[in-house]
This record gives sequence, structure tokens and C-alpha cells, in this order.
Amino acid sequence: MIEIIWLGRGGQGAFTAAKLLGAAYTSDSGDKYALAFPSFGPERRGAPVRAFTKLDTKPVADRSQTEKADYIVILDDTLYEPQLRSLLKEDGNIIVNSKNDIEGALSFDAENIAAELKLPTVNTVMLGLLTGISGVATEENAVEAVKGYMPKKIQERNISAILKAAEEAV
Amino acid sequence: MKKFLSGNEAFAEGIRLARPQVISAYPITPQTIVVEKLSEMVEDGSLKAEYIHVESEHSALSCAIGASAAGARAFTATSSQGLLYMAECLYYAAGGRFPIVMMNADRSTALPWNIYGDQRDSLSQLDSGWIQAYAENAQEALDLALMSYRIAEDKTVSTPFMANLDGFILTHTYETVDIPDREQADRFLPPYETDNRIDFENPKNMAFSAGPDTNYIFKYKEHRGVLAAREVITRTEAEFAEIFGRKYSGLTEDYRTEDAEYIIVTLGSIAGLCRETADKLRENGVRAGVVRIRYMRPFPNEEIAGVLRNAKAYAVLEKDISFGNEGTVFTNVNSALKKAGVNVPGYNFIGGLGGRNISAADIENIYSAIANGTDSVNFIGIGGEENGK
Repeated sequence: MIEIIWLGRGGQGAFTAAKLLGAAYTSDSGDKYALAFPSFGPERRGAPVRAFTKLDTKPVADRSQTEKADYIVILDDTLYEPQLRSLLKEDGNIIVNSKNDIEGALSFDAENIAAELKLPTVNTVMLGLLTGISGVATEENAVEAVKGYMPKKIQERNISAILKAAEEAV
Repeated sequence: MKKFLSGNEAFAEGIRLARPQVISAYPITPQTIVVEKLSEMVEDGSLKAEYIHVESEHSALSCAIGASAAGARAFTATSSQGLLYMAECLYYAAGGRFPIVMMNADRSTALPWNIYGDQRDSLSQLDSGWIQAYAENAQEALDLALMSYRIAEDKTVSTPFMANLDGFILTHTYETVDIPDREQADRFLPPYETDNRIDFENPKNMAFSAGPDTNYIFKYKEHRGVLAAREVITRTEAEFAEIFGRKYSGLTEDYRTEDAEYIIVTLGSIAGLCRETADKLRENGVRAGVVRIRYMRPFPNEEIAGVLRNAKAYAVLEKDISFGNEGTVFTNVNSALKKAGVNVPGYNFIGGLGGRNISAADIENIYSAIANGTDSVNFIGIGGEENGK
């Protein structure tokens, strides 16, 4: 099973990204199963939030929060802390949106791509980076997920964000 | 059509296909999304129903009773304190034999106040006369929504139906769901027709009083109605499988129980992790099995006694406690065994209260505890007590 933890702030769309990844992974026919869920509870704009995506080739039975992830994707670098590594599997990686280099993490200036596309948030940029780096889902599937689950008028810019970010990640 | 949906959204899709004519509801976490989705469907015209925003849960069910008494297919949804607030009306709906369907998002009960999932809300209402089903995943939730009306409206049953989804863990978790197409759904579920309704051409007395001389006959018939659901559930699931290709197993679902020595009996979304743990233990030679209770009413007496008969020990894992005694599911399971003359050591494990996580390690510990013998009632992570053993 591949497990991803998403970290963001309320309103940044971390859970939307978690959900899009689940939808992308399962959009191919065949034995592909996914769960996506937010950290449960009251929601507040700006407060730290976690979201989870679990991907497997058999139905995912364990519905509890991920304790060891393959990837931690951080939408806001103020949420990064070195202790997050304890939530990673041995060969796991942290991907973080930051203008600075961060030791022990793969950092990208996702805001730059988002600004270029006039997107208010970096969630789909981070999804593109994750697919580019990890290959857990193809960019084509991620694009399909945007088409299936985002409002029409913002689809095009978010698709561009995924493709551009995936390219940058390689 | 395959979609990536939450449990709440999947249930709303099932209700859209069931075409209720009246929906009356009051929002409460974690049920909110199911009623939001349904109001959107009414707004965009994809569901032709009267959507009534009411001022409380008591009114939500009262409204549904009124609609059902007018001959309409009615739906409502609630959770936790909302279910408790409508408790008075639960008995009216059941006694009036109104086949209303309600989704309940299982959530803890106050105090301490808490919005997270456990099953103390619905299990406290087992005696209200409603059929009670517990879904494990979003697909089963959708399918239950569609099957619930067939079961509730069957003339031998005529009983309201409560479909329970674990709060957050099921209501707010997204997974792939197959949504049946409309023609197939219409073929499976015809429109509701009943004589138990207000009819100006053919006036009759409804929702009346009945004194000591006749009251017990109504209660006896109410009891027979819930019992009749047993056979109707089997028949409905067989037809469902024929049309939609998905099979369900009646009041319970067994997993690797044929040769099992140690069995966990549970209900709801935790069953998946129990099955996975049983698989893991079997690799180490432990003969572990799982029984998932799908219906608490009617209760699967024969099924449970049949499966546990040859076990060495069983555990009942539930998100509930009847203070001063034990978990209510445990009480029901023990009664089933007693009636069938089965004498196997059983232990109760209370977990997940107020949304607390139940881990794979917790479940492994349950299997080893029952193999070695333990206290009668055990609070996972805290301890146990003999409690009359």
C-alpha cells in the first residue's frame, strides 16, 4: 500500500488534492483501490489540516490515519518540521512548497507556478509535483480527476498546474 | 458509473435513485453532507421531491411521518443528539407502521460533548421498533439506501428503516463507488403504494389510541413486522444481486469462520481491519475469523449461534457501553447463544468511543486475550472487569 499525508492550512485545498489523487489512481480500470479522508473534526480557515490518501491493489481495509507514509506533501512551509520524518517509511520522501532549500526535503517553489496560472492556491501544483516525482498516478489520470471533480471554470488552469509541475519535477 | 465519493455522498446517490417524494431534515455533523447533497439534487431537478427545512430533528421525523401518512415515500437523516431528540417520534413512526427511511451518521453522545463517531446513539434506540442496518463502506451504504425502501415498504414488514454509517470514518471518507443507472434502479424499486394512508375517498382512522384490550395485539404485530424483514432482506438482496451484480449476505457477513477457533463479532467500518488482522494471524497459525453484524434488528440469532457454535472463544467488539452492565451488542449475542444452547466463552471489548482510533495492534490483542481468557468486559487501552462472570 502507498500512503500519502498532506499538510496544509484550512482553505488551501490539501484535502481536495488528497481526493483528486485517489480519484486519479482509481480512474484506470483494474484492481486499484483508494481511500481519501481529511483529519476529522471542526474546520477553520488558516488552521493546520492533514489529509490522507491510501492507494492499493486490493480494497483498503485500514481506515485509520496513516502512521508511516511514503510521501508527505506540505503545501505551506511554515508547517514543515524535521520531526515529520518520524511519520515516513524508511525510503519515504517529504515534498514541500518553499522558496528556500530545506534539508531532508524536496522543496519546490509551487507558488511561482500557481501565480503564473493565476491560481489562488498550490494544491494542484503539489499534486503535479507528487505525480512527477513518485509516479503513483500518471499525469493523464490526474488530469482526468480534475475534469471529473473540479468545477468547470477552474479546470483548465488546474490542469496546466499539474502538467507544468510534473514537468518541473522530473 | 464509477465515482470517487464519500459515504454521505454515496448514500445521497442511493436516495436519489430511490426517488423519495418528501425529504425533511435538520443538519448535524457528521450527517450534514447527505442532506446538503439531497437539497442540491432537488434544486437542480435531478430529484423530484419536496425538500422541507425544519427547525429540529423532532420536526424532521414528524414531517416524514405526516408525509408517509399521506402515502408519500419519505426520507430523513440525523446523528447523535439529533437522533435522541427525535426519539419520541421514532416510536410513533414504528407503531404507525410508516416505512420511512432514515440515515443515521453514528456519533458519540454528550457529555462530554464530542462530534466523532461511535455507535451509542443508534444502539440506544434498538427498542424503538425500527429495522437497523450498519454499513461497512460507501458502496454498501449506497446499496442499502436503495434496498432499504424495498425492505421497509414490503407489506409483510411495513416498518421504518434506519441505515447507520460510522461518523467520519465512513461518512467523510472517499472511495470508489459504482452508481447504478436509473433504469435499473427503477426496475428494482417501484413507486410506493399503500392503503395505510389518508384518503378522502376512503376515509379511515389512523394513528389512533388503543386500550389495554387491543394494544398488545398491535405491539405483537409490530414485532412480527420486524421479524418478517429477515426473509424480505434475503429476497431483496437476491434480486439486487441479479440486477446490479453485487451480493450481500443477509443479517451477518462471515469471514474465514468455517474452521475458526477465535472469532471477533463486530459491526460497521472496523470490520475491514478485523478481517485483515485475522488474515495476518492465520499466517502464524492462529485460526481467526470475523462475523460482521449487518442488521441489529431483526437480530441474527440463528446466524450468530451457528457460527460461534464450534469456536473456542469469541469477542464482541463494539463502540458502545450500556453503563452498569456491558456493551449492548454483547448482551444480544450472548442471548442468541443461550437460546441455542451454545456454551462458548465470550468477552466484550469496548473501543472507539468518541472517535478514538482502534488500531490493528488493538485487534491482535483481542484475539490473544480471548485465547488466554480475560475479563468479561474490557475497555481497550484502559482495562477490564469481571462484571458478573
